[in-house]
Amino acid sequence: MTSVAHLIKSFTLWEFVKAHALTLKYFFKPKVTLNYPFEKNPLSPRFRGEHALRRYPNGEERCIACKLCEAVCPAQAITIESEPRDDGSRRTTRYDIDMTKCIYCGFCQEACPVDAVVEGPNFEYATETREELLYDKAKLLANGDKWERAIAANLEADAPYR
Amino acid sequence: MTETFQSWGMSYEWAWGLATISGILLIALPLMLAVAMIIYVDRKVWAAINLRRGPNVVGPFGLLQSFADGLKVFLQETIIPSAANKGIFILAPIVTFTVALAAWAVVPFSSTAVLADINVGLLYILAISSLSVYGIVMAGWASNSKYPFFSAMRAAAQMISYEVAIGFILICVVLFAGTYNLNDIVRAQEGFGFGLINAYVIHPLLFPMWVMFFISSLAETQRVPFDLTEAESELVAGYQTEYSSMSFALFWLGEYANILLMCVLNAILFFGGWLPPLNIDLIPWFDIPGIVWLLLKTFFFFFMFSWVMATVPRYRYDQLMRLGWKVFLPISLGFVVVISGYLMATGHYGAAA
Amino acid sequence: MIQVFAFYLFAALTVLSAVLVITARNPVHSVLWLILAFFNAAGLMVLVGAEFIAALLVIVYVGAVAVLFLFVVMMLNIDFAELRTGFVKNFPLGIAIALVLLAELVLGIGAYQVGVMELGSASGTAAPIMGRSNVENIGAVLYRDYLFLFEAAGLILLVAMVGAIVLTHRQRPDGARGHQDIGKQVRRRPEDATVMTQPAVGEGIEL
Repeated sequence: MTSVAHLIKSFTLWEFVKAHALTLKYFFKPKVTLNYPFEKNPLSPRFRGEHALRRYPNGEERCIACKLCEAVCPAQAITIESEPRDDGSRRTTRYDIDMTKCIYCGFCQEACPVDAVVEGPNFEYATETREELLYDKAKLLANGDKWERAIAANLEADAPYR
Repeated sequence: MTETFQSWGMSYEWAWGLATISGILLIALPLMLAVAMIIYVDRKVWAAINLRRGPNVVGPFGLLQSFADGLKVFLQETIIPSAANKGIFILAPIVTFTVALAAWAVVPFSSTAVLADINVGLLYILAISSLSVYGIVMAGWASNSKYPFFSAMRAAAQMISYEVAIGFILICVVLFAGTYNLNDIVRAQEGFGFGLINAYVIHPLLFPMWVMFFISSLAETQRVPFDLTEAESELVAGYQTEYSSMSFALFWLGEYANILLMCVLNAILFFGGWLPPLNIDLIPWFDIPGIVWLLLKTFFFFFMFSWVMATVPRYRYDQLMRLGWKVFLPISLGFVVVISGYLMATGHYGAAA
Repeated sequence: MIQVFAFYLFAALTVLSAVLVITARNPVHSVLWLILAFFNAAGLMVLVGAEFIAALLVIVYVGAVAVLFLFVVMMLNIDFAELRTGFVKNFPLGIAIALVLLAELVLGIGAYQVGVMELGSASGTAAPIMGRSNVENIGAVLYRDYLFLFEAAGLILLVAMVGAIVLTHRQRPDGARGHQDIGKQVRRRPEDATVMTQPAVGEGIEL
């Protein structure tokens, strides 16, 4: 009996018809995807995007060249050179992040004792050449200036959980 | 059109030549446009069923996406692998594209708008579509690379297998219509169903034939359940793997022109071609030009092609062959016998001679 | 005018590609030239008004037979240089066959020219029904005048096909490697393949 039913089913393409009815139903359903460049998902305050070097409110750069981030970086994407500045404080003369190496693990911002290097909320920094992804200190500081408000808000939002 | 050119004072030969060339252009150029738009429709339908949006950035609703892609492909470098058989490698996409366009010569867009209204129109289409395998086989062999070669092997076997079934199905239609001329086949469908419906498909003996024709046309154009020749997960891109730039674009255009041709054939052979669906004058039903009906039906079938693509997974190769030879061939052969018997019994051809 | 031009084009291409079939170094090129020859022959058929034969030539020879040729030649990767080694030895035989074919051609055409045979005329054996299409004429000849011969030819081909299948078909016994029961595969339901169990914590599943 079941085999007869099965024969009828297979010759009337019953399962295909059912499948196509299902997909036709889906055809008229509203889309679940965002209209990306015009719509964006909310990001977690912990989102790890493009790196930035922050400054204190008075304009002094936070980084003290402790090189903890360089040491912890599993991809060895960070290169730091430092020497005392004229006023005697310890500062970096070179702070490079190779964004092509970076794996966005966030260890650098975890390691940083002064919240200088952070991974900001920006993820739209695709470039046309590879060289543009080799960030130097100026670029990172510029990022910090540009994204400071968002970064500060994120850090504050996440602070209770740390 | 020949008469128009003759009335401008040309000799018959020149007028005929000019009329033919302008007819070809009149079909081929809108066809290219249609192919570009149909690729867009394909992607949109597929996306909609996947609950995605599909191309929506280039131009209004992304309508210009295909043209952007075409431009991109056009500006790319044509790469010819150093180990490839150069002549055949270049020839293959040209063959695919030419053959895909050639079949359109006999398609009746309306009762008068057909480039070559020949007696054996259906055979011509069958002949041309049997040629389309060559582009693929040549490409696969000339690329001198494993995946394209596998793809060429698969294509050769697959297209031969399904052509047999298609041939028998076409014979069923020809038995009903009594002619190989596509225009006459369309005319024979006028008022076929109780003098009301202009379509062969409503006949209980022809409906299963249409289902099989639709499935076979999916196989013949290597659309999704049967896209073994370019199975991404198995063969990279199949025969197109080594191609780039315009030669790649020609494959694409040819492939979609073939798909459109199969949609048009579905409409012409089983759904009354350029006739309105019902043979009654509902609205100014017969004043709508035939080409509009044909295009609407073609679009509907293309939607079905996309719909199938979004629904079913790919066949395994031995299942594909089994379906062609062990299911479609015997059934279609049986239907040829049954239908000719039915037609003799009902006196379609007059008394038995 | 255009017919003459087309005839010479097709004829020249047919002869040229036929010559290239036997001179081409690469067997795949040979097959492709053969296809071109077939195609041009179909063009000649169209010119003499035999569009049905032309379509059949393309469908059967170009669309199926030549594809199989190409398939086999590509698959086997035949070394044609090796096959040519016996050329001098077999040369006389080849010449003899060629001469016989030539003689037959000359005889046939000569007989036709003399007018002994009546081909395609109203009084001949296969008289065309005037005013009917090609397809109907061929159908009348095959299925009315020469029905028995046609059916016999079909039967012989069927026997050949059955023979080929018997020779190559290998029934794999049940359980052997590569054995497939397609019906069984198709009939398989999710219920046959999976079992839903709710084992208690720490109990595990009895397989």
